[in-house]
Amino acid sequence: ALVINDPDFQHEDLNFLSRSQRYEQAIRKSSLMVMKLREYGIADPEEIYWFKSFVHRGRPEPLDLHLGMFLPTLLTQATPEQQDRFFMPAWNLEIIGTYAQTEMGHGTHLRGLETTATYDPATQEFILNSPTVTSIKWWPGGLGKTSNHAIVLAQLYTQGQCKGLHAFIVPIRQLGTHEPLPGITVGDIGPKFGYDEMDNGYLKMDNFRIPRENMLMKYAQVEPDGTYVKPLSDKLTYGTMVFIRSLIVGDSARSLSRACTIAIRYSAVRHQSELKPGEPEPQILDYQTQQYKLFPLLATAYAFHFVGAYIKDTYRRISGDINEGDLSELPELHALTAGLKAFTSWTANAGIEECRMACGGHGYSRCSGIPDIYVTFTPSCTYEGENTVMMLQTARFLVKSYNQVAAGQRVSGMVSYLNDLSRQRIQPQHVAARTVSVRINDPVSLVEAYKARAARLVEAAAKNLQAELNHRKSKEDAWNRTSVDLVRASEVHCHYVIVKLFTAKLSEISNAAVRAVMTELCLLYTLYGISKNAGDFMQAGILTDAQITQVNQRVKELLAIIRPNAVALVDSFDFHDTHLGSVLGRYDGNVYENMFEWAKKSPLNKTEVHESFHKHLKPMQAKL
Amino acid sequence: YFRNPVHMGFGLGSVNPDLASERQTASFSVERLTTVLDGGAEHTRVRRAVVEAIERDPVFSRENQYFQTQNERYEAAVRKAVHLQKKMHEMGWREDGPEFIYIYRALAGDVAFLLHRVFMRSISVLGSDEQVAKWIPLATKHQLIGSYAQTELGHGTYLQGLETTAVFDTTTQEFILNTPKISAMKWWPGDMGRSATHTVVFAQLYVHGKCYGVHPFIVQIRSLRDHSLCPGITAGDIGPKMNFEHIDNGYLMLQNVRIPRENMLNKFCEVQPDGTYVRRGSQKINYFTMTTLRVSLLSDEVILPLMKACTIAIRYSAVRRQSKLNPGEEEAKILDYQTQQEKLLPQLAAAYAFHFINNYLHKLFDRGYKEIQERNFSSLPELHASSSGFKAMLSQYCTAGVEICLRACGGHGYSLLSGLPSLYTKILASCIYEGENTILLLQTARFLIKCFAAASAGQPVPQSVTYLAAVKPGKCPAKNKLDFLNPDIYVEAYQHTAIRLLSSTAAKLQDLIQSGVKKHEAWNQCTVQLVQAAKAHCHYITVKNFVETVEKLENKAGIQKIMKHLCDLYALHGIFSNAGLFLHDGYISGAQMDMITASYLDLLGVIRKDAVPLVDAFDFTDKSLNSALGSYDGNVYQRLYEWAQKSPTNQQVHPAYEKYLRPLLHNKLSKL
Repeated sequence: ALVINDPDFQHEDLNFLSRSQRYEQAIRKSSLMVMKLREYGIADPEEIYWFKSFVHRGRPEPLDLHLGMFLPTLLTQATPEQQDRFFMPAWNLEIIGTYAQTEMGHGTHLRGLETTATYDPATQEFILNSPTVTSIKWWPGGLGKTSNHAIVLAQLYTQGQCKGLHAFIVPIRQLGTHEPLPGITVGDIGPKFGYDEMDNGYLKMDNFRIPRENMLMKYAQVEPDGTYVKPLSDKLTYGTMVFIRSLIVGDSARSLSRACTIAIRYSAVRHQSELKPGEPEPQILDYQTQQYKLFPLLATAYAFHFVGAYIKDTYRRISGDINEGDLSELPELHALTAGLKAFTSWTANAGIEECRMACGGHGYSRCSGIPDIYVTFTPSCTYEGENTVMMLQTARFLVKSYNQVAAGQRVSGMVSYLNDLSRQRIQPQHVAARTVSVRINDPVSLVEAYKARAARLVEAAAKNLQAELNHRKSKEDAWNRTSVDLVRASEVHCHYVIVKLFTAKLSEISNAAVRAVMTELCLLYTLYGISKNAGDFMQAGILTDAQITQVNQRVKELLAIIRPNAVALVDSFDFHDTHLGSVLGRYDGNVYENMFEWAKKSPLNKTEVHESFHKHLKPMQAKL
Repeated sequence: YFRNPVHMGFGLGSVNPDLASERQTASFSVERLTTVLDGGAEHTRVRRAVVEAIERDPVFSRENQYFQTQNERYEAAVRKAVHLQKKMHEMGWREDGPEFIYIYRALAGDVAFLLHRVFMRSISVLGSDEQVAKWIPLATKHQLIGSYAQTELGHGTYLQGLETTAVFDTTTQEFILNTPKISAMKWWPGDMGRSATHTVVFAQLYVHGKCYGVHPFIVQIRSLRDHSLCPGITAGDIGPKMNFEHIDNGYLMLQNVRIPRENMLNKFCEVQPDGTYVRRGSQKINYFTMTTLRVSLLSDEVILPLMKACTIAIRYSAVRRQSKLNPGEEEAKILDYQTQQEKLLPQLAAAYAFHFINNYLHKLFDRGYKEIQERNFSSLPELHASSSGFKAMLSQYCTAGVEICLRACGGHGYSLLSGLPSLYTKILASCIYEGENTILLLQTARFLIKCFAAASAGQPVPQSVTYLAAVKPGKCPAKNKLDFLNPDIYVEAYQHTAIRLLSSTAAKLQDLIQSGVKKHEAWNQCTVQLVQAAKAHCHYITVKNFVETVEKLENKAGIQKIMKHLCDLYALHGIFSNAGLFLHDGYISGAQMDMITASYLDLLGVIRKDAVPLVDAFDFTDKSLNSALGSYDGNVYQRLYEWAQKSPTNQQVHPAYEKYLRPLLHNKLSKL
């Protein structure tokens, strides 16, 4: 409320502003926000996060990279001397920085980055260059117009050798005039699918020199004579990636929850057609097809919420261990979060679209708010690791674990189900080609079914990979020819993990009524997943045709059971109307009146007769 | 600057060797396939001539489209629409001439007054001879600009629920039109927010207190002199949408607006001077405009966008190199990754499948249209069911397909300059307009359930559903993965699954009703399955039609062979993605499903080799793609960099710097 009612943070509906205006509004609010944070003395990261999310209503803003990447990177990778030079000026926003990693030609595949930083011992400087068009830095947020510094990732060359990627602090604009420095070409990359208020930018460097001390040297170092000193461990960088990917899982849950809130409230307000002849038009939420679109998504939003919380907790626990030097759990968590990031962002992305579609034509209007949720969320399928590549990372871990089991070792954690495989090594058949007796109303039993499916598909992928290898193919080629199977294996593994975590959560809920409704949602999530992937369960002999028919039937019964609680279940997400930004999803449900009010403000309605009438229409009619 | 590559500094103008090499290995003649798609060399020639004429004209340029505001886009669209009249006159193109269908494609839809055509079409179909004689010449000469006002704030696809009223007043021989409540406001009609002077309003007709249902009326909404709103009319633009910034989708409120009796479109229904209501022919004919619209939009609004998206994504995937497939080699084209092929190549196959099913639908409709002109309405149910089902299936699939293409282009796909976001936000509206997809599939399902009952009882059914009589339980006879490249095998599997889904749903519906559940309630309880059955039917027809089309293709220049591969891929991808449906009753066994998967993955590798030539055959010009990633020459990165610099945000130091950033940077904060 501190923010929502502050008149300084009010502005015209963003939908009616041009991109340049939106950028300007965002900058205005960010500047104000920084001043107010200081004024109120807010410094706790969690509190800053919430303050920021209310100022920008959950939208991206040009200082995101400064606050989220530039400052933290200084903290973790700068030496104490470097922190003295850069941190306080950056904290006071004399320096506004961004994090320039992605290039036009390379994204997720970091080793392919082409920007170079060549050490010149004569002057004790690094010479930065963008040697090709593809090496131009492209996409970093805040780079186009806002930042005057950037942390640039470049291939380090010293004493004639390439030492791989390292980070450098590069000034890009003149303090005072904000003009680009000589040797720097910088600008905005143009309009995108959403992110209108963000100046994602490009950066091209021509023989741009920075002092040796501008390389971030807490770990790796270049000495004055050019001698390169290696970092101790590179596993530490895993930690940051795990953390950011866990945020995306949480964001998947939140974005999907917002879309569900809008679609479910609107479906309770909209009346259409007839169910019973002669009776008034029913709420569209009473139609089975509408429930079938929305309720599984509602259940998914809850499931992802619990998964996000799990990763965050696990990360906190393990990062405690990291400081004490115990990294044993990190590889599994790293592998798991890669897959879960991909799984949840793909699912949420499709789910948001489904919600929009479920709102019919009005969902397509920007007043519904769903287009905005979608365009803001959808890039997460690509950033912080392209999803298919993420799935393949998880698959690499799964195959490794499978091979360990095959070699007689035991594996632990979420993949421990693979241990069961060793027991039936003697059988030539698929692992799960034996009937598991599944009780379709028992979540715990259903977890077993998902587990069996995961075991079957991981094994199938690992065996296919082995078969390709036996065809004398190179490792990489064999991997590529199995990659569709490998992605599938990761997906089913993640699906199993989610079902398992959701089910485990149920016993922790003390309130009986809440537990009952969560159990229904958990069953719906689980059974819907079986129904949609019936082929896997039947082919592996986990469920029979008759059981699948029962599952399909049970899903429909659950829809009817959840129907009375549907609105309450989205109200529980507790989104404020301002944050939701949707006319269709208003808490008070006064949809149509407010749509009309909203439309009247459209830029096309500024004058009653649009100027194009005088310019084009009238002359045409006169001539014809 | 494209015309002057010398100034580019990056050598734009020569084809990227990564794309050139793809074209050298084509297994078929691209030009020949293009003419197959166009339906003959003459069509190809005409199309290219139209595209060339439009693209050469600077008024029709879309060069700055991605940088324009809603107001600018609207104005440009109106300007283009007006200029188009001049252009057509100049070029000697006529509305009934062979060039006409290519104009819209050449403009890439970025033009106003599209609803003007729907306005004219509805008068032609629903109006009497006198009405046609009165209105069509005015509309043709653009003495008025028409729109088509059906959808309301509160009701869309469910037309009977519309709330606008038209009450006949015998004393003045007028209809009085009203918007009785806010949800009755007309909402969404294109061209109505700012441009239209007239519109066809759909309203509940009341005569002597009796309601006769929804009928169409011609209503003038703006002055022909100064374009101001007519008395009793409130109208305006409904505000920004996900796309269609160039169209002024509008709202309309009517308060005691009086129109003469002759303004009700009365070819099929008429109110006589004394208030007597007369009907000629089926009332369903009122919806026939909508039915034909659904089919006519498929090509330009649904299939072409998927073809464009495939073109952009596949060319880009042949240019983008990322990571290494073999150590020591250069980075691999991302199109060589199996996961990338699995995303894109099924979309490519679907684009071809849908092109051919569209031809099929057009033949069906041309025949039906002739019959209806002769007042034979017997084919209406089949036409309605086909237009509904295929519109739903194609729009849903193509929308998903375009999004897959977008996401397959990594980060650059999200730039508007890739062309993909606007293709996506535009095509996804097609899932809703002209009938929401779920409702449409249920209408198809209703038709199928009726036909199934008739077929089971040995009665005659329309030609497209005769297969329903052929219920024969059995197992798929395939023995190895190569058997699944035999069209007889997979067509049979699709047919079997379609029949199974329909018959099991029909049986469940019957059971529920016999156990005492009311009919409408039973229907609602089966709707999820009914939707699935309707989709399976359309899927089956699409596969079957693809197979039949391939059989008829000339066996020259490698065309038939590559089309056979695509057909196989389309069919097997459908089974692979819906494995549960095919496994369900054991028609396909688990072992056979593994064979299908193997065959399917093999095909990806086969089609990979021809992927670029297959999208080249769609024959889109660079201007019509308007994509920095998808141009013919493959100079992706140079173009992206050049285009970005044109962004208005790069014109100068942004004003936000002086206003907000400077004070911030100059550390007014430290005092706090």
